[in-house]
Amino acid sequence: MPSLGADMRAGRLLEWLKQPGDRVTRGDIIAEVDTDKGVIEVEVFTSGVVERLLVEPGTRVPVGTPLATIREEGVPEAAPAAAGPPGVPAPPERHRASPLARRRAAELGLDLRTIAGSGPSGVVTREDVERAARAPAAPPEEAGEVDRTARMRAAIAAAVSRSKREIPHYYLATTVDLGGLMTWLADYNRNRPVAERLGPNALLLKATALALRDFPDLNAQWLEGRAVPAQGIHLGLAISLRGGGLVVATLPNTDQRPVSQLMTDVMEVVRRARTGGLRSSELSGSTVTVTQLGDRGVESVFGVIYPPQVAIVGLGRVVERPWVVGGRVVPRPVVTVTLAADHRASDGHRGGLFLFALSGLLQEPERL
Amino acid sequence: MIPADVRSAVLRALGSVAPEADLTRLDPGRPIRDQLDIDSMDFMNFLLELDRELHVDVPEMDYARVATLDQCVAYLSARLET
Repeated sequence: MPSLGADMRAGRLLEWLKQPGDRVTRGDIIAEVDTDKGVIEVEVFTSGVVERLLVEPGTRVPVGTPLATIREEGVPEAAPAAAGPPGVPAPPERHRASPLARRRAAELGLDLRTIAGSGPSGVVTREDVERAARAPAAPPEEAGEVDRTARMRAAIAAAVSRSKREIPHYYLATTVDLGGLMTWLADYNRNRPVAERLGPNALLLKATALALRDFPDLNAQWLEGRAVPAQGIHLGLAISLRGGGLVVATLPNTDQRPVSQLMTDVMEVVRRARTGGLRSSELSGSTVTVTQLGDRGVESVFGVIYPPQVAIVGLGRVVERPWVVGGRVVPRPVVTVTLAADHRASDGHRGGLFLFALSGLLQEPERL
Repeated sequence: MIPADVRSAVLRALGSVAPEADLTRLDPGRPIRDQLDIDSMDFMNFLLELDRELHVDVPEMDYARVATLDQCVAYLSARLET
């Protein structure tokens, strides 16, 4: 069962979309699972042949539980399994874990197979074990009347409570003149069809990602008592769901995507977040979250950091305000950009430099 | 295409971005975005659907002319006649 965020503890397997003997390629959808974040399509991360399905549809299992085994290309076929039908757990396998994690898991009486690893190649670290120990016990099968919205609310409550309990946030804000950017955007969009138009959000996201290149202390995860710089800049986009709750969708390598592609990707991921069809890979791996509430008139938003991330950027509404340009007060479109960051990983001075860099990038939209 | 067909196409496009919405309760004289909690990304997806269904591309300068259901149907009907 994939982890779709630090706040996810379990999921219910709804349906297998592949069967034993089927050939799968990395990225194929193998199953659908029902989680606190909605119905998610589970992808495979290796190519090969499906050997065994280990979980029966309808079963709710903790994050980290193996769902199926896949024999990779070139690997000889295993001897016929003595195990019975789907739903019968696989024989115990040696789980990849650090020696410290094994010792700590033994002390705490935790089964390593039920813990998702965040280390290299999925190795379970001591921090993973500690996190699992802090989480409530494996969730019981829940009554059908407990609807998904309530479960999502509970998952969000757990995540933000942990964040506020463990992370010493500091908050910064700056107001940025978008006069040049909005003029450039209007020119860019004027003769383009709707499928090729850009919104200011795409430019703000791209600028945020580019600015993070010089701030590995913000684009990082807090693991085992220290900030570990992330590999790549993968913004997480907080998407509110009508009826309540939110999901954070990952935009892989945000800084490397052309802004036109980013716009297309954001529209697509927002559509699927609200209508169904998000994939497991789209809900994990983000390195810095961006929250935007400008569509409903909010001028500034100070987010709650999504652990183990160490920063969240808030984007407000683009509004017209009196602004001094060349000694004269003129109306200009401006946006308030905020940063909430983990003081264990960075200081306010660094956060201020980041916002300054972001502000500078927004003055040159043609370079985004 | 008659206005009733245009209206059906608009409702289908809205249904594609907000499938949970009860479109029978949509007030045709009030802004669609406010009633269905549609944000700017949903709105762009709505315009994409209209383009696919009706082959009418709504330019940015006309966004205000498709704010309500009645306005949207009138605007698209006029564009389809030209």
